[in-house]
Amino acid sequence: MGKQLSPDEKREALWQGRLSPKDPQGNALQFQSPEAEKAYRERVQRVKDAIEMEKLPDRVPVTIFPSMFPWAYAGMTVEEAMRDYGKCAAAFKQFVLDFEPDIHWGAAAPGPSKCYEILDYRLYSWPGHGVAPEHCYQCNEGEYMKADEYDALIQDPSGYFSHVYLPRVFGALAGLPMLPFLPGIVEIYGVAFNFIPFALPPVQETFRALFEAGAEALKWAGAIASADAELATLGFPTLLGGFTKAPFDFIGDTLRGTRGIMLDMYRRPEKLQEAMEALTPLMIKMGVASAQMTGNPLIFVPLHKGADGFISDEQFREFYWPTLKEVILGLIEGGCVPLPAAEGRYASRLEIIQDLPRGKTVWMIDLTDMAMVKETLGQNACLLGNVPSALLKVGTPEEVTEYCRKLIETAGRGGGFILANGSFFDEARPENVKAMVEAARKYGAY
Amino acid sequence: MSDRLVAAIADMREEEALGLVREMLERGVAPMAILDAAREAMAIVGQRYQEGRYFLPELLLSGEMLSQITDILKPELARLPEVKRHGKVVIGTVKGDIHDIGKNIVSFMLDVNGFDVLDLGVDVSPEAFVAAIKDSQAQVVGLSGFLTLAFDAMRETVRAIEKAGLREGVKIMIGGGQVGEEIRQYVGADAYGQDAMAAVALARGWVGAR
Repeated sequence: MGKQLSPDEKREALWQGRLSPKDPQGNALQFQSPEAEKAYRERVQRVKDAIEMEKLPDRVPVTIFPSMFPWAYAGMTVEEAMRDYGKCAAAFKQFVLDFEPDIHWGAAAPGPSKCYEILDYRLYSWPGHGVAPEHCYQCNEGEYMKADEYDALIQDPSGYFSHVYLPRVFGALAGLPMLPFLPGIVEIYGVAFNFIPFALPPVQETFRALFEAGAEALKWAGAIASADAELATLGFPTLLGGFTKAPFDFIGDTLRGTRGIMLDMYRRPEKLQEAMEALTPLMIKMGVASAQMTGNPLIFVPLHKGADGFISDEQFREFYWPTLKEVILGLIEGGCVPLPAAEGRYASRLEIIQDLPRGKTVWMIDLTDMAMVKETLGQNACLLGNVPSALLKVGTPEEVTEYCRKLIETAGRGGGFILANGSFFDEARPENVKAMVEAARKYGAY
Repeated sequence: MSDRLVAAIADMREEEALGLVREMLERGVAPMAILDAAREAMAIVGQRYQEGRYFLPELLLSGEMLSQITDILKPELARLPEVKRHGKVVIGTVKGDIHDIGKNIVSFMLDVNGFDVLDLGVDVSPEAFVAAIKDSQAQVVGLSGFLTLAFDAMRETVRAIEKAGLREGVKIMIGGGQVGEEIRQYVGADAYGQDAMAAVALARGWVGAR
């Protein structure tokens, strides 16, 4: 038995893995040139230094964390990017080579539409399937989990997902509720009876859909992984290890919906709290497991319903923050670097969320005043973002440069800052995006 | 008793509020008086939202309470009475975008502040906005959008309103997500609002309400 690694050792192991990358066979990655190898290590080190806040990086790192922009830039529709995996990967590669961000986030954003079609996915509409070809997929909000199903979710979240939630959001998974209760297969008496469901036609149809969807997803993953691998050999790292969610958003986004969770805060607050607590270890596991699998330390945590204007500070303290904080600390404990994205405005929450260990998290900041963020949250956490999507879309390169220059002055002071867009964007003037990247080189030196 | 009902709704005590409505009906209180109390409570909720004391949960719960109360009273009322309104607002999330949380808050706040709100929902085409403006004779149009794609959709909607010869007759406000002054100019709207209170203030200013 090897000795247990401490959280810091686990995290450092992930970083060292990034600094000395391997190919899929486990050999040292062959870079395409010595310059690419040097640039790759410098980029990883620059971001690592910004996040850890122990020593200053050589300059402010810069990244572009887009939604569908790389494919719009390539002149293709989102529908095409979702259908043709090779084209999707090639367009993303070109985007990274043209804009040269210090880190990229991979080509996974469009996803494989055929996989969703096979599964008859109802939670989202996507281009060519309820959304215009050039637009991004969007979530069809609803009450996919009923108000009286909290106990089922709390007692057995996985069972609730397999038997209730998934068949509701995937039309092709109608056979799942017929599956047996697996702990029933505990000894010989439980075996034969519990295997009967696998002979039933609806179950077999569901499994056929699963095989087909899985094959499609694997094909897609191969294409986008090859883009990541090739970009690495050209000197462009990615650090994105996976994602997880705040328990409040997990329930509020796609289970109960906004209306459902907001009413639950009054009608069944204890059940909601209990469910969030039950989900917390699963949210931690979701992030830690994917970081270990991908070898990438950053775990993205998009924050939605805790922003300014959604709920009161008191409600944020009572319902939103306690389990989110547990998830963040759990991810850190597991050796990850949590990357919560504070979409919208977060001014009123800064005082609450700043209570975190120093140099262990990166926060993507959207529209919150950056001077204020730097003085609070920014004392303990690396900040990323704040270049407005609206500016990238309708501003001029000069305006973007000026905005970034000021932003670097405010947020870049003393390190702990990564220049980037503040919210996900599909459309922008390429020269504006270019101006953002160049600003880091021009004004970001320490 | 009607004061107790106003307080129960305004303070988010749902069960008590619904119980009081039933009790008042049994005691022979006029359904209209009950409805008036409920509306008075909604105005208080709107006021507290404006003051930053209430947020989305309270708007949604009070809306729920009002619709349940209206359902209880419906059989007792020949028809729901008309309320005096300041003016008409057509509102919707623009084409291609299906986000509606922000738009719904604005609709709610305009409604409790005395506007006649025609909410067209989400993914609303420029043509549908034009038709609704024509039919309703609205003075104010609210365009909502969360995604960057909404900027172009808003611009197209404003152009369609111009083309239909309706631009002179309406004031157009935009809001949602990343919308600000640059986007207002890009879209050709009259104003943008960062929150629902701004929308109410803009609409009031335009229709000359107090």
